[in-house]
Amino acid sequence: MNWFYFSSPSTFYGLAGRMAPWCFVAAAAFTAWGLYLGLGVAPTDAQQGAVYRVIFIHVPTAWMSMFLYFIMACYCGLTLVFNTRLSAMMARAIAPTGAVFTFVALWTGAFWGRPTWGTYWVWDARLTSELVLLFLYFGYMALANAFEDPRRGDRASALLALIGVVNLPIIYFSVQWWNTLHQGASVSFKGTSMHVTMLTGMLVMSAAAWMYAAGATLVRVRSVILERERRAQWVRNLGDA
Amino acid sequence: MTLYWSSWSDFWAMGGHAYFVWMSYGALLAAVVVEMVLLRVRRRRALEAIEEERDLEAEN
Repeated sequence: MNWFYFSSPSTFYGLAGRMAPWCFVAAAAFTAWGLYLGLGVAPTDAQQGAVYRVIFIHVPTAWMSMFLYFIMACYCGLTLVFNTRLSAMMARAIAPTGAVFTFVALWTGAFWGRPTWGTYWVWDARLTSELVLLFLYFGYMALANAFEDPRRGDRASALLALIGVVNLPIIYFSVQWWNTLHQGASVSFKGTSMHVTMLTGMLVMSAAAWMYAAGATLVRVRSVILERERRAQWVRNLGDA
Repeated sequence: MTLYWSSWSDFWAMGGHAYFVWMSYGALLAAVVVEMVLLRVRRRRALEAIEEERDLEAEN
């Protein structure tokens, strides 16, 4: 198999178009299953009451907000080291979806926090570093589009994205490093302290978030490719495109 | 795999936390809908830009 075959925007355009619908189908199926478990079957938490059901979207979106930044930063690294075009396009395509997940994680956290902690917002280490993540996504997108020459935008924003990676361990370990309001992880590599239906629902919703993010990124990267390559012959030959 | 709730009204009430639970799930739904719309708009604009490029070339 030639691994570089799909690193050309023209071949990846077709591949992304064939993959995206399946990602959305999988996302819909996982969402239906996950919501059935999370909102329907899982028992209510003895301490928090029914509001704990927000975690079925809060935790997966928070995980994805960090994963997507990490993947985006990997593509940015490829862009800076190898000067590849598709990697820069992928990074640009991931950023808006990453920002959406970050926003939803912050929002759902606020609406969980109000009845549980008694406040929508507190300048806790976890919350503050997640808010910084949102601004990193915004800054990345603004910088990527701030240049007349898109290739310069690719490189400048890639550098910003790589510097911003230091924020990821800060978010992840903030609940251990600082004794703050946000609770520690219920699910970690060492095991879990949750009811099995709750855990399954959360993992299924995480799979849904993965599939949705993949689908949205693939659809967006097709637009980015068309925007950047609109003068190329293969784009002209797309017919009614 | 039995449902936790005994009725639909029970389900919607979310044990008194309806406002916070549905504001959260509603925000996720709204975010996904907005992103889907923006993705469609962006694709349509990209295709329009290609058409303009073609027209310009045809004129020359």
